[in-house]
Amino acid sequence: MSEGKGKWIEEVRERAKKSIDKSPVLGLDLDISKFKFASKYSGSISRDLEEKASEVGVDISGRGRAGSYLQVDSSILMESSFHEGVEVLPIFKALELYDWISDYYWKALDVDIDKFTAITELKCSGGVFIRVKSGVKVELPVQACFYLKSSGLSQNVHNIVIVEEGAELNILTGCASPRISEALHIGVSEFYVKRGGKLTYTMIHSWSESVDVRPRTGVLLEDDASFTSVYVNVNPARTIQMMPIVHLNGESSRSSLVSIVVASDSSVIDVGGEAHLNGSGSKAEIISKVIAKDDANVVSRGVIVGKGCNCRGHLECRGMLLSSKAVIRAIPQLDARNASAILSHEAAIGRFSEDEIYYLMSRGFSEEEAVSIIVRGFMDIGPVNLPPLLSRYVGWILDNVSKKF
Amino acid sequence: MLEISDLWVEVAGKLVLKGVNLRIEYGEVHVLLGPNGSGKTTLINAIIGDPRFKIIRGSIRFKGVDITNMPIHERVRLGIGIGFQIPPKIMGVKLRDLLREISLRFGGKSNFEELAKSLNMYEFLDREVNVGFSGGELKRCEVLQVLVQSPDLAIFDEPDSGVDVENLSLLAKVINDFCGLSDKPIMRRRSALIITHLGYILNYIKADRAHVMVDGVIVCSGRPDEIVENVKKHGFEGCVRCLRERVNG
Repeated sequence: MSEGKGKWIEEVRERAKKSIDKSPVLGLDLDISKFKFASKYSGSISRDLEEKASEVGVDISGRGRAGSYLQVDSSILMESSFHEGVEVLPIFKALELYDWISDYYWKALDVDIDKFTAITELKCSGGVFIRVKSGVKVELPVQACFYLKSSGLSQNVHNIVIVEEGAELNILTGCASPRISEALHIGVSEFYVKRGGKLTYTMIHSWSESVDVRPRTGVLLEDDASFTSVYVNVNPARTIQMMPIVHLNGESSRSSLVSIVVASDSSVIDVGGEAHLNGSGSKAEIISKVIAKDDANVVSRGVIVGKGCNCRGHLECRGMLLSSKAVIRAIPQLDARNASAILSHEAAIGRFSEDEIYYLMSRGFSEEEAVSIIVRGFMDIGPVNLPPLLSRYVGWILDNVSKKF
Repeated sequence: MLEISDLWVEVAGKLVLKGVNLRIEYGEVHVLLGPNGSGKTTLINAIIGDPRFKIIRGSIRFKGVDITNMPIHERVRLGIGIGFQIPPKIMGVKLRDLLREISLRFGGKSNFEELAKSLNMYEFLDREVNVGFSGGELKRCEVLQVLVQSPDLAIFDEPDSGVDVENLSLLAKVINDFCGLSDKPIMRRRSALIITHLGYILNYIKADRAHVMVDGVIVCSGRPDEIVENVKKHGFEGCVRCLRERVNG
């Protein structure tokens, strides 16, 4: 490690130390001192692990993927690229290899946002660095899987993704855990999409009832860059709080954040997205679909800040409440700071109507089948900017989820 | 095929049908006329089994089976198909996907793409069901779904209301073909009940029998041309008067 490098990282760590007790602005505060921060997984890739990974779309064989990364607790089991111009490395290795990483390390979001970002810096348990080189366009996805296996563990990962000028990349991330008692997953992700670059990010969450989840995501977009995120949560968790922030700094940059959240049992979920339209002609949409059943409690947020000339933003929050004990709160927020900005939002929460159920039953469907059809329709996200393989995969996940209603 | 005896039905605590008797034989096409609010739509909702329409007396038999207390989807699987007057929107569900599922449930034999073409609905297959459809499109879409079910008894609730002449003649042609109305009577296997407020569709469909419903009862049954002629001349009040004279006389 060069001397200069030691210095900047010390500064980052100093900032982190100062905010180690800083409570989060949103979501339930957690006592992180009760967790351990490392747990070595010494086993091999078992059949069981393979199955869990495939549940969230990760194919251990790496077939049909441009690269693979697999982390279990704090152990890295796979790190490989199968495509020229695509780099897949553990974050620690990238830190050693590249001096210039200081330009991307805690630059899309601050290390001192709250205790969760701070602890990820101070007790990092891994994470992936993915870079696609200038002009390289890859359709097959790079897959990353984070599996949280040990009770009492706080899995704090720091991911950095760089899409260089004119490059295109699709990432599929699956996060899962088996039934364990008390564990925390913090995923810090920084995305940098350079001029004319294109990145899609599909993330499937499949946690279990006693896991707390705190992703922290920042995205920086240059001129004509585009970022699409599709987030699907299918299983209960104890709590999830996330609010990815996209900075559309470049002219005509584009971003689309889509989240589909199925909240069941007593999950407490606070999810949303934030887009800052700084570049002129930048465009953002944030779409969230929430289904709450049992006694789940969900806050669905969306924030769009319009600063750039002729920027456009649209927010859509839709909720379907399937139990009288569940709660959905939609909080859309528009913040226009340029007279030429056009921002809009729609929010609607409700149960499906009896008319729809009886209508479908009169076509020969049972009541359960009718509910599935309506739920599946509700979760439909229409045409998104994903490559066909991922688009079909997300569709398949939603088909399966809707059959459980 | 369908036999309704002394049917009394309540909707939201209000008595709407007050002893309806109706019999539709194999291969027959019937029309039901009547003023708004007379109970026509209530009757078909009771036939299909919407639980919001509570049967308090009487029975419905279909193909010899008592279906009075059967859930909706079971009746439908026995061979009843309904085209609704005002269908709900099903957001996010493509018409193509819905038709495929319907077709699968009814043996997967119907070629819904061909049927869609015949009803000028082919371009709508990738649209969300009933979302943003015009009046005529909604009616065509209802008839299309019923055709895909290929029921033994097809019921259409006001296929002729709010529909222009072109749409109406198209719908009527499809319904005619479906019921085999141009075949020899002995070749007809399907039956139909068509609800019509004023009987416009009778200009295009040669029905076998017409009924007039007023205030929850069928007050008159007979040849469609005669009945429509009388309704045109005297209005539905004429039917009421005629009934009163019959009762008193």
